[in-house]
Amino acid sequence: MTDIAVPTHEPKPGEHGWTQTGVSNEKLGMWVFLGSECLLFGGLISTYLLYKNTAVKGPVPHQLYDIPFTSVSSFVLLMSSMTMVLALSALQRDDHQRCRLWLVTTALLGATFISGQVYEFTSFVKEGMGYTTNTASSAFYTLTGFHGVHVSLGIVMLMSLFMMSLRGRLPKERSEVVEIVGLYWHFVDVVWILIFTVVYLIP
Amino acid sequence: MSMMTAHEVDEERHSHPSDAQYIAIAAILAVITAAEVSVYYINFFKDSFIATVAALIPMMIAKFALVAAFFMHLRFDNKLFRAVFLTGIILAVTVYMVVLFTFHVFAH
Repeated sequence: MTDIAVPTHEPKPGEHGWTQTGVSNEKLGMWVFLGSECLLFGGLISTYLLYKNTAVKGPVPHQLYDIPFTSVSSFVLLMSSMTMVLALSALQRDDHQRCRLWLVTTALLGATFISGQVYEFTSFVKEGMGYTTNTASSAFYTLTGFHGVHVSLGIVMLMSLFMMSLRGRLPKERSEVVEIVGLYWHFVDVVWILIFTVVYLIP
Repeated sequence: MSMMTAHEVDEERHSHPSDAQYIAIAAILAVITAAEVSVYYINFFKDSFIATVAALIPMMIAKFALVAAFFMHLRFDNKLFRAVFLTGIILAVTVYMVVLFTFHVFAH
């Protein structure tokens, strides 16, 4: 191993990019936000577990689940996490064309997932399970609906990044912006990993 | 200006996984998902609730950990991020387990 001294450009106090913690404030802010989101989704999942067997009338969610369909949706969202990380990797290599391709692919996979959720909700309503049919259905729609809103916001962020890249406002030096949006997107994915197992698969 | 050894610079450059490694992790995630669905569908544990949960929860945790460690770079990034995220998770799990036990959700 050669110990050749290579200079690095760590910002000093007062310089642009310097932070008290030594890490990017924007990235730390996103992690703090994601930490707080754990409490939001924890509350929603707990509420569903609390109410899933308390319905006195109407069909309950677990009587209507279409597991093969939801499995495909879950697979689509998992793959969108892969395409998201490939978009970041491409930008870090200064490959803007491929970065844009992966960003659009991620947004399309997210849109596919949302379409699946709309189809699922529509079919549940046709089967007689509306939002106010019983406590279990209210808890189910609130949990999965909140997740769907998060995915939709993620799609808006991805398309914003795509537009920024098209206008040349997303250089390699600003790859942290893609990384921060990616953190949000991966979080939405891990929340679905929990929902898929706890809500759909566990009897 | 701080100084780094060539070894440290090289280590930092290669700290994140390659594209091939990301694809391999996605393949592992897909396989675990298929295993989860199989447990549900084949009724592998003959309607045993405890056995089904005991099989599904570790697979769910494995998927969660893979995405957080590799796709979210928690394994490679500053430990402060890991601490912040784990604090949120531990707080949420503790608070809501207390709530669920209080309401006897696991009683039956």
